[in-house]
Amino acid sequence: MSAVPAGVAARPAPAAEDTGAGRAAELGPRARLWPSLAAVYRAQLSRARVARIPLLFVATFQSVGIMIMMRGVVSGGGEAEYVVSGASVVVVAYVALNLLSQYFGQLRFSGGLDHYATLPVPPAAVVLGAAAAYASFTVPGTMVTAVFGCLLFGLPLGNLWVLLAVVPLAGAALSGLGAACGLLAPRPELATLLGQLGMSAALLLGVLPPDRMPEAVRFARDLLPSTYGVEAYARTFGGSPNWAYVAGDMAVCAGVGVVSLAVATWAYRRAAVR
Amino acid sequence: MCAVRGLTKTYAAVRGRRGAPGTPEVRATDDVALDIRRGEIFGLLGPNGAGKSTLVRQLTGLMRPDRGSVEILGHDIVAHPERAARILAYLGQESSALDELTVALAAETTGRLRGLDLRRARAERDAVLDELGLAPIAGRPLKKLSGGQRRLACFAAALVGERPLLVLDEPTTGMDPVARRAVWSAVDRRRAEHGTTVLAVDRRRAEHGTTVLLVTHNVIEAETVLDRVAVLDQGRVIACDTPAGLKERVAGEVRVELVWRENAPMQVPEVAALRQRAVEAGRRWTLRLAPEEARAAVATVTGGAAFAALDDFTLATPSLEDVYLALGGAARQGLVRA
Ligand SMILES: Nc1ncnc2c1ncn2[C@@H]1O[C@H](COP(=O)(O)OP(=O)(O)OP(=O)(O)O)[C@@H](O)[C@H]1O
Ligand SMILES: [Mg+2]
Repeated sequence: MSAVPAGVAARPAPAAEDTGAGRAAELGPRARLWPSLAAVYRAQLSRARVARIPLLFVATFQSVGIMIMMRGVVSGGGEAEYVVSGASVVVVAYVALNLLSQYFGQLRFSGGLDHYATLPVPPAAVVLGAAAAYASFTVPGTMVTAVFGCLLFGLPLGNLWVLLAVVPLAGAALSGLGAACGLLAPRPELATLLGQLGMSAALLLGVLPPDRMPEAVRFARDLLPSTYGVEAYARTFGGSPNWAYVAGDMAVCAGVGVVSLAVATWAYRRAAVR
Repeated sequence: MCAVRGLTKTYAAVRGRRGAPGTPEVRATDDVALDIRRGEIFGLLGPNGAGKSTLVRQLTGLMRPDRGSVEILGHDIVAHPERAARILAYLGQESSALDELTVALAAETTGRLRGLDLRRARAERDAVLDELGLAPIAGRPLKKLSGGQRRLACFAAALVGERPLLVLDEPTTGMDPVARRAVWSAVDRRRAEHGTTVLAVDRRRAEHGTTVLLVTHNVIEAETVLDRVAVLDQGRVIACDTPAGLKERVAGEVRVELVWRENAPMQVPEVAALRQRAVEAGRRWTLRLAPEEARAAVATVTGGAAFAALDDFTLATPSLEDVYLALGGAARQGLVRA
C-alpha cells in the first residue's frame, strides 16, 4: 500500500501544468483557507449542538462532582484553587481530547474522511475548524464549573475572564492532540481509548494539588499540556498574580497547540489518501 | 474525458490475530482499462465485492493504485490526486461526514468547501433542494431521515458547486424495499415537474455536458439509466458496451425461472436434465435457454407430475444479469433486480 507524500497533496499546482499539449481542462476553484475554516467551524458547531449537549452536561457534572468530593479533602486556599482550576480545564479535556479523538477516529474508519478528501479544501481548514468548534463548545461548561467551584470554595470570581484565554489555548493544545490521536490510531477503538486515557490523565493529574504528588507523578503532570492551562488559571486567584508566569503557561499551551494541530493536519492528509 | 489504463490495486493480506482467521490478499482492481466519454452516463455494474468502490476511489484520488494510469479531462490523477477534487464531485457509499448536519447545512457546507462563496453556496443549495424535492425536510438532520431521504440529501450535497464529472457510488442503495419503492415512485411522479435524481442528472448533462460515472449492482437501474456499462467481476472488466449491446450477446436466449413448492421432482427425467443447466437458489431455479428449449421446458413443468410440484414459473427476455452470468460472472446471486 502506498501513501502520497504529504508534499504532493500540499503543493499548489498551476491548473494545467505538465499534462501535455495544453488540452487539460481548467480546474474548479480551490476553497480558500479562512472561508472553508469558517464553514467547517459552523457545521461542526451545529453538529456538536445537536449531538453533544448531553455529553457537555456529563462533563460539567463530572467536574462539579469532583469538586464536591474534593471539598472534604483539600484544606482550602491554594489547594482549592488548583481543584477549581483543574476541574474547569477537565471539561475542556473531556470534549477536546476525548470527544474529538473519538470523532476523527470514527470519521476515518467509517470512510467519512472521503467526503472532505474529495473537496478542494485545505486540510488545515478541516482540522482547525473541527478543533475550534469543539473547543468553543466547551466554554459554557467550563464557566459553569468555575463559577460553581468558586462559590463552593469561597474563591473570588474576578479572574474568571482568564478562562476566556485559557479555554482556547488549552483547547487548541488538547484538541490538536485529540485529532492527531483519532487520525493516527490504527483502529477506531484505539482512538477512543487514547482519547479517554488522555482525559483520565488530565483528570487525575489536573485536579489533585501538585504538592501532594510524588516526584514521578509530578513529572508526568508537567508533560501534560492541560497542566499549563490549570496553572495559568490557578495562579490568578491570588491578590497579585505573577502575570509573567501566567503568560508563560499560556505560551506553553499555545506552543503545544501549534505543534499538535500541525501534526493533526499532517495526519489528516495522510489518512485522506490511502 | 476519463481514460483508465492498466489500473491495478491489491489489498495486502492481513494476518490472523489470536485465533481470528486472517484475510488473504485481494486483487480488487485487476488491469482495468476504461474510456468514459464526455456527457455520457457510464455505469459500473457488478456484484458485492466486485471492486466497484475500489475502482472509483482510485479515480477520485482517494486511493493510490499500485499500477496504471488515470487521466480525467487531461489531468493525471495518479500523480496529482488533489486535482480530482477540483474536477469531480463524489458521492461515496458512506454519509458519516454529514450525518449530524441538517440537509440544508450539509448542502451549503459542501458547496462552500467546493470553493463557492457564501451567497453562491446558498443559492445553489436552495436550487438543488427544490429540484430534488428536499425543501420540506431541509431543516432536519440527516441522521433522523429515512435511508432513502438521507441518500437523496447526500446526492444533493454532491450537486452543489457544479463539476464536469459526477462520480456516484450506489446513489440509490441503502434503502429497504419499502423505501426503495417509495423513492422510485417519487422519482417517477416528479419526473415531469420538479426534477428528480434522474432528471436532475439529465438536465445537468444537457446544459453543462456533465459526465456521470454511476456504480450500481441493480440491473434494472443499469438498463434504464446508463448509456454504457462496464461489467465488473472480481476486479476485472469482463464486458463494456451499451446495455442494449450487452443484451445482444444473449439475444437468442430466454430466461426461465421455476419455483418449486418444496423439492424439485427429480423423478421426472426432463426435470433432472434441466437441473444440469439451472442456477439454483433454494426452491428457485434460473435457466437461460434457447427459445425452443424454453418451450419444451415449459411444456414439461406445466404437465404431469412436475406441475404438481411447481409453485410458480416465469419466462422473460434476458436482462443484464443474464449477460453477467453468460460472461462467466462468478457471483451467482450478487445482482439485484428491483
Ligand atoms: N480496506 C480493505 N482492505 C482489504 N480488502 C478490502 C478493503 N476494501 C475492500 N476490500 C476487498 O476488495 C474487494 C472489492 O471491494 P469493493 O468495496 O471495491 O467492492 P464493491 O464492488 O464496491 O462492492 P459493494 O457492491 O458491496 O459496494 C472485496 O473483495 C473486498 O473484500
Ligand atoms: Mg462498493
